[in-house]
Amino acid sequence: MDHQSDTFPKLLNDNAQRFASRVAMREKDYGIWQSWTWAQMREEIVALANGLAALGFQRGDKLAIVGSNRPRLYWGICAAQCLGGIPVPVYQDSVADEMQYVLEHAEAKFVIAEDQEQVDKMLEIQERCPNMHHIIYDDPRGMRSYRHDHLHDFTEVQALGREFVKEHPEYVNQEIAKGQGSDISIFLYTSGTTGKPKGVVMTYDNIIMTARNSANFDKLTQYEEVLSYLPMAWVGDHIFSYGQAYVAGFCINCPESESTISTDLREIGPTYYFAPPRVFENILTTVTIRMHDAGKLKQRMYNYFMDVARKTGVKILNGESVGFSDKLLYSLGNVLVYAPLKNTMGFSRIRLAYTAGEAIGPEIFDFFRSLGINIKQLYGQTEAAVFITMQPDGQIFADTVGVPAPGVDVKIAENGEVIYRGPGVFHSYYKNEQSTRETKNTEGWVFTGDAGYFAENGHLKIIDRIKDVGRFNDGSMFAPKYIENKLKFFPHIKEAVAFGHERDYCTAFINIDLEAVGNWAERNNVPYASYQELAGNPQVYQMMLKSIEEVNRSLASDKLLSNSQIHRFLILHKELDPDDGELTRTRKVRRRIIAEKYGVLIDALYNGSKQCFIRTEVTFEDGRKGAIEANLHLMDVPTFTPVKEAA
Amino acid sequence: MAEPTQDGRKIGGTLLEVKNITLSFGGVKALTDISFDIKEGEIRAIIGPNGAGKSSMLNVISGFYHPQQGEVWFRGQKRASMRPYEVARQGIARTFQNIALFKGMSTLDNLMTGRITHMHKNLFWQAIWKGPAEREEIAHRERVEHIIDFLGIQAIRKTPVGRLPYGLQKRVELGRALAAEAKLLLLDEPMAGMNLEEKEDMCRFILDVNDEFGTTIALIEHDMGVVMDLSDRVVVLDYGKKLADGTPNEVRNDPAVIEAYLGVGH
Repeated sequence: MDHQSDTFPKLLNDNAQRFASRVAMREKDYGIWQSWTWAQMREEIVALANGLAALGFQRGDKLAIVGSNRPRLYWGICAAQCLGGIPVPVYQDSVADEMQYVLEHAEAKFVIAEDQEQVDKMLEIQERCPNMHHIIYDDPRGMRSYRHDHLHDFTEVQALGREFVKEHPEYVNQEIAKGQGSDISIFLYTSGTTGKPKGVVMTYDNIIMTARNSANFDKLTQYEEVLSYLPMAWVGDHIFSYGQAYVAGFCINCPESESTISTDLREIGPTYYFAPPRVFENILTTVTIRMHDAGKLKQRMYNYFMDVARKTGVKILNGESVGFSDKLLYSLGNVLVYAPLKNTMGFSRIRLAYTAGEAIGPEIFDFFRSLGINIKQLYGQTEAAVFITMQPDGQIFADTVGVPAPGVDVKIAENGEVIYRGPGVFHSYYKNEQSTRETKNTEGWVFTGDAGYFAENGHLKIIDRIKDVGRFNDGSMFAPKYIENKLKFFPHIKEAVAFGHERDYCTAFINIDLEAVGNWAERNNVPYASYQELAGNPQVYQMMLKSIEEVNRSLASDKLLSNSQIHRFLILHKELDPDDGELTRTRKVRRRIIAEKYGVLIDALYNGSKQCFIRTEVTFEDGRKGAIEANLHLMDVPTFTPVKEAA
Repeated sequence: MAEPTQDGRKIGGTLLEVKNITLSFGGVKALTDISFDIKEGEIRAIIGPNGAGKSSMLNVISGFYHPQQGEVWFRGQKRASMRPYEVARQGIARTFQNIALFKGMSTLDNLMTGRITHMHKNLFWQAIWKGPAEREEIAHRERVEHIIDFLGIQAIRKTPVGRLPYGLQKRVELGRALAAEAKLLLLDEPMAGMNLEEKEDMCRFILDVNDEFGTTIALIEHDMGVVMDLSDRVVVLDYGKKLADGTPNEVRNDPAVIEAYLGVGH
């Protein structure tokens, strides 16, 4: 039984022995993948830690990490931890003012910045951050003319450390030995979409135990390859590219630049990959478009074998039994279509992929699974060190997010909110007692703010934000986002807004996707001159009607939400737009504003009228205001009686 | 004696001097009795209305045209009449007003061609390839990769240049000139036809090249704003004659320049 190290610096020491000559990290630089073994990486980190100590870094000091995924920035995290300090990664694309809030709040004394751009931001805010003493930069480009006492080149700090260690040979080792699992390991700031960012304080136990549990759950080994391309300040990257990498001893690959990620992905061919649903959606769209441009033969091959994959691929991946001829056909398809396709996407060696963050469309999910890519969903948040629920191999469903992660208890509170507790539950919000108390109760249960329920198979289903969930007049649950997501899975529906709170039944606004519907119109010789005209086209209405019927059919089989079937809908004459305040900048529906602005239309949806006139103010891209008028049609949709449970 | 400018760069002695250059094509006099100098480490602009002789001047410096009268002095030596490639070997590189890249070749290969004047292995070794020629190419590739990194064009390393947007092609062309490791870089309208954002990027790169590598730069540019912000000294040509020579401020306030170039009343 090997002893279990309880801090990252101790794990680093272990790995430097266990995996001395295994590659721990790669970075593409000057066109070549440069690599560091665990032993080499330890040497670099220790040199940096000594250098920081020489500059006066003390136990408990905070080291801010500002930049994209670079080996040296990852080393900074570990170097600070070696000295009992606390790393604070910051979202690198934040503007100076946003960074100032975080750095000031965290009381960061040291900063490791990636390049000139980030250093400039630091210098700009330095006066307002009295605690900030030293700025260390990774890339010296453009920094030659900077004259500043507390500005250091990364290699100089390491050189300083290599001198320092001659006089204090045991200093860093002693500091590493002092660390223990219950110490604070890192501050992870929330992105702050709602109000000021909050500093989530994590202990080593939080991160390491969660990483260990999840690595065991998915049988991660030292042979994994991961591409680190998501922000270092995000908890996901900290777990996938740091926590799990140290626990399992696998290799992290840093892309050359943001614009080369897809090329780098192909070159590395990761075995373990995380991406938000949007990325998978984009990949599928690209493949579909490129197949439309391909030759006739290739198209026919692709279509034929994708049908085969849809029929058998998912079953094979889930380990279900498949007929011999199907199996044979699938392996032929693998040679001719799937393998080359996966190679183009950079997924040749993929063993495990995760997606999370929002709902993923079932066709997208099934497309990747049918190709033999084991893509799974998880549900998590920063406060849980990511994992709340995850999908075990062989039990993958597109509409649920899996079973509670190992060691995590999940239950549904009386108001329908998902709550959990477990080893990953955060220590506190930094300097924010009140929020800590509001989020985590005395027994350690954390409130997610999400509404959900467990399906019969024991898998958790997330419905909506709890504050958006309403009730129909008959008391049954109304979850607008859940319905809207179901609608938005159709490629020709861009946006949808569902209504039903304190009403008798559910209705919806639909925004057509101009690209998809426009493309359809072109192919079917449907003339149109504007968005408005296309949106009002009777054939387009029929198309939407069919999609909504399908949604209703699927809602009818959902025991909790069968009342949410959409009874009436209309197609909006204009696109919902952040410029008009109808969506947030991250394209989330602003319900209150829409309810105010389109009150007439909502009333019309409930008073049975067939048509409704509306005049809306719009803001043009140059800031001028104008108005558009339209006479909108309202349409009824057939609904279905709820499916009775089979006994 | 090197004197630092306001922003801390070092400007040295004369790197190139043209003395009494006169160039004519048949009866047309393109340049008449032009003299000016370019100092080491500075950014020198040549401006003037259309047909003023700017490009002709650049072509004289790069050895493409041979003036009927006058002398070109480079690094303290009078230059004999030479072919353009000999000029290139001396350490003068240039870009062109209309992009002159190899459209079918990748960015990387285009940049590698910039290293040709520095390749010493002869045809025999190139043909054998293994050994010395390969080692030499690796060394050149490393230089080129530093330039790719410098210009931030990693993502288009393997893309055929013909498929790139105009602004990026211009950047690749600058990269090729940089690959030649020139003492003097001649840029013929580096920002012509660019949008504002591309222009800003290009300005940044020109300043960075000058700052980071200490390369002396002579550029022709139409955009007056760019010229005034970018250059240390400006020489103004009109109808093949030198109209003014001095710092941007001096030139801007020179009545002859205002009349000829900026127009009366501006």
